[in-house]
This record gives sequence, structure tokens and C-alpha cells, in this order.
Amino acid sequence: MTESPVTSHQSSDPAADVVGASPVERTDALEGVEPEEELFTVNMGPHHPATHGVLRLVVSLQGEVVKDLRPIIGYLHTGIEKNCEDKSYWKAIPFVERMDYLSYFFNMQAFCGAVERLLDMEIPDRAKYLRVIHLELNRIHSHLVWLATTCIDLGAISMFWYGFRDRDKVLDLFEMSSGQRMHTRYFQVGGVFEDIPRGFEERVRSFCAEMSTRLDQYEAILDRNEIFLRRTRNVGIVSRERMLELGVTGPLLRATGEPWDLRKVSPYLAYGDFEFNIPIGTVGDGYDRYRVRLQEIRESLRIVEQALDGLPEGPYLADDRKIVLPPRDELATSMEALIHHFKLVTEGYRVPPGEAYHAIESPRGELGCFVVADGSAKPARVHIRDPSFVNLQSLRDMSLDGYVADLVQNVAMLDPILGGVDR
Amino acid sequence: MPDAPGLELIAQELNRRFEGSVLGTYYEHEQSALVVNPEHVVDVLGWLRDTPGQEYRFLSSVHGADYLPAEPRFGVHYELLCMARVERLRVKAALADPGGEELPELGSCTHLFPTANFQEREVYDFFGIVFRGHPDLRRIQMPEDYVGWPQRRDFPMGGEPVLFTHNEVETPAWWE
Repeated sequence: MTESPVTSHQSSDPAADVVGASPVERTDALEGVEPEEELFTVNMGPHHPATHGVLRLVVSLQGEVVKDLRPIIGYLHTGIEKNCEDKSYWKAIPFVERMDYLSYFFNMQAFCGAVERLLDMEIPDRAKYLRVIHLELNRIHSHLVWLATTCIDLGAISMFWYGFRDRDKVLDLFEMSSGQRMHTRYFQVGGVFEDIPRGFEERVRSFCAEMSTRLDQYEAILDRNEIFLRRTRNVGIVSRERMLELGVTGPLLRATGEPWDLRKVSPYLAYGDFEFNIPIGTVGDGYDRYRVRLQEIRESLRIVEQALDGLPEGPYLADDRKIVLPPRDELATSMEALIHHFKLVTEGYRVPPGEAYHAIESPRGELGCFVVADGSAKPARVHIRDPSFVNLQSLRDMSLDGYVADLVQNVAMLDPILGGVDR
Repeated sequence: MPDAPGLELIAQELNRRFEGSVLGTYYEHEQSALVVNPEHVVDVLGWLRDTPGQEYRFLSSVHGADYLPAEPRFGVHYELLCMARVERLRVKAALADPGGEELPELGSCTHLFPTANFQEREVYDFFGIVFRGHPDLRRIQMPEDYVGWPQRRDFPMGGEPVLFTHNEVETPAWWE
């Protein structure tokens, strides 16, 4: 971090009550103030371990108190949306996966769901269940990484090891079903890439059984930990109304007491079949955010177990040969299948013109994908509404008039994934 | 989602309140959308937000799109959400390209939905659509000194030369 006195880069209208622009300006009147009342502009990030990536925060400080804050983003912008316009639909899936690199299954589901909506395509029940299993495992994985990195920001290094240890077990499961630990490209338009292998179910069940005892251990470490409580309780409170105005969704919104979860209010895939609760908080401070996320892991475990219990038999991929690849064994015997395979791989499938927005509940909130199709085999526009990007706007409200140390806590509890913020 | 007749009722009511505000409606893939005259987009969003019976109080997303070669060329989509009824409604402002160096303009809705702050900046950054009355309209993802509007369809895909020691002399004017 570097320090420099406030200079003239601030906004020209100091009265403007504006998110993002700094109302602080050094004037002649400020010359006579005591040094501890003077404002300093401090650059936090982009290369700072507590920013969870390359987030840059320009913070105006009075002593140790945050008086103004502006997030500056774009350091990880990779032009994925533009690149998708140059890829056929099935080739765009691995691209969108890499936006929010902790919730890749969610990115895939948002994109595939939007394309399936454009194609008016219904996917088989088994594919829906398999998607739910992987999505919820991904939610557990994402929340575990969040827990680990948050706790190391608060100085609890053992939680960091525990979180990453258990997160690796989820990655082992992904490797088993799809061959990849991260960025699996397991979902595709019409269903999933492959059926789960033999032994997967037992592995997932033993993981679920183990994970719930692990959660008890985490709670034993953190819930009544004096340091953790002092760092998180009554810190970063933003009212529910303000959160809704700022478009914040996900655990941050639920921690303020708003039971809004897209899995419940507009069940997509097979979420209507399962019994689960939406954990909510009361105060909306850091501690509530932690409690909500930890409880969400438990609910995800319940969903995974129910999905394994009710996993229907049948195809895991839709039977529309104009869109999904034919089964491998047919290629040796059927000319039709070979032609379809060739056409799909070289040219891709065409999607009728139209626009669709598909929103799902990612670990961080509403993840929406907006796809414009122009009738060709490539999307004309792909736009991802990433929850990290939108939620980041609430950081200023959380942190104003708090200490710098609380700002670190707020960033951690906000859980921004910079790959998703910058896309 | 309001169904197709419900969408028509909203469009009629809006046209009665703001003359010529709704240019068309479309209902596809069980999603409904209003095509709105860009002059009235803030009125329409405000009406949809505050009218009893509508109450689309949550703006989930703002998308920009370039429909080149169609006319009008640009679209700015507002994904509204009514949390009480769990209904989504898309409001699409159809913007013509003024041509030349001029940028298309649209009223900003940040005073109605503070969440639009970053999202409108993103649309400005990628499509060069100016939001009148936006408190802080700067580039958000691209560098401040970037020239061009990268998500437009006529903006070429392609790389920038990467600077290595073996090409630092040839790389055009990297030191400037």
C-alpha cells in the first residue's frame, strides 16, 4: 500500500452524493486541520492478498477510518463476451465457464439454460438431477473457498487449511465424473456430457456424511471464537432496503433477512422436487453472512443427498440429433450419425433468432445469462449478469465510517470473484 | 412473467400515460419485453417501478446489444423484476446510430435504480452509449485511455502486439 496526500483528482462537485465519485476535496479550509483529521487517499490493491484477486480500492482515510471508497476494476478483463460472439454455441461453453472461476458449473448452467430456452428444448430428468448434484457440489466448493480465504483475512490460518482440504475432495468428485477438476465443461446444451461413473454415488454419499461432521468442527472453531466474533459482529451492516436498491442478491441479501432464493421462488432444473430451507440472517452484519453461507452448505448437502436418492434412470442427454452429438458407438455403424457428428463439430447447430435471459442462483447471487441469437451458429451477443460485479457496489455502503481492518473483513464477506467482476 | 395479454395491457397503459412511449412488444420463450422509445425510457421505468399493481422494484440487469446491420442499431435491455409476484419484464430501448463520431444517448436510470450505476458504465464502456445524467460515466472495464467501443459488432476481433525483448523495436510506438 502506498500513501499520498489527497490531491486534485477528486470530483469537481463535492456535494454530489454519488456512489463511486469521491466527495472529498482538499481545500484551503483543510490547511489548518490537525494531522489526524486530515484525509489520506490510500491505494489498496490491485496486488493485495486481501482483495481476493486484482481488485483495486481507492480509499480516503481519516486516521484509520474509511471516509470514501471507490472500487476500480477491469484488471482481469479478458473480453470473454466478445470472444463468445466468434464461437459457435457449443464452443462458447468453456469460455463462459472461465468467468467466475469458483462457480464454473453455474456459469455453464446459465449459458446452457439460456440457449436451451432459445431452442425451446426440454432436457431429460436424469440430466436435470445430475446438473443439480454438480451445481450443489460446486456451491459447497465455492463456499469452502470463501470460508478459507475469509478466515485467513481475519487471521485464522487453520481454517484456511481445513477449507482447502475439504474443497479438494469436491474437486476429486468433479474429476471422477468429468475428468477435470476445474472448468469441467460437463454441462452441454441438451443435458450433460457423460453419465456419472460407477462408484460416484458412494463417493458423494461418503463426502456428504463427512462434510456435515466437518461443518460441526468449523462451527466449533469459529462460532464462539472471541476474535472472530469481534471482527465480524455488527460490522458492515447495510439495510435490506439499501441492498435491494443496489441490486445485491445471494447470501449478502439473505443475511439481511430477505428470503430471496431463485431456487425456491422460480425453481429451474429439478429444484422443485427437493426439500430445503433458505437460511436468512437478522442483522446483516459479517457474522450473519458467515452463518448464512455455512448453513447453505448444509442445505446443499441435503439437496445432493435427495438428488442421489431420487436420481431417475434414463438418458442423460436429449435425443435431438440436430443439436446434441450422437453416441460414440453409433458412429461406427450409422452413416446418419456420422454426418450429424461431422456437421455439429464443424459448423455447430443453428439457433433460431430471439433473445433469452436465464437467471439462476449462484453462490454469490443471481447469475443471469442474456443471449441474443441471430439465426446463425454463433451467438450475436452473450452478456453475463455476474453477481460479484453488481454486489461490489455495496462495498462503499458497508465500509464507510468503519476501520480499514473492517474494510478487509467486508471485502472478504462480500466474496467478490474478480474473474466474474471483470469478465 | 406477465403473459402476452398482460403485456399488451401494460403497453396500452403506458402509451396512454406517455404518448408514443411503447413502440412494440414481443413475447417469446415465455419472456415478455417492451420495446420503448429511448426518449421515454426513464418515464417507463419509473412508471413500472412505482405504479401499484406493477411494482417492478428490482433491476436485475442492464444489457447492451448491437444489432448491426438491423435498424435501429443498438438495444439497451433492462431486466426488471417484481419480487412479490416473481415476474420479470424486459424493457428494451431501441437506439439508432447517429453516425460519425456522435454517440447514441439515453437517459440514465441511476436515480431510480442505484444498481444501474456500474451496469450503465459497462454498457457505455463496451458500446459507447451515453447515459445522460449518470453521476460517474467513465470506462469501467477497459483502460481509461482506451479508444473505441469493443463490443460493437464492427469492432474487429484481434490482438494487440505483445511486447517482448525480441520485438521491442518493431512494436509500433510502445513507448509513447
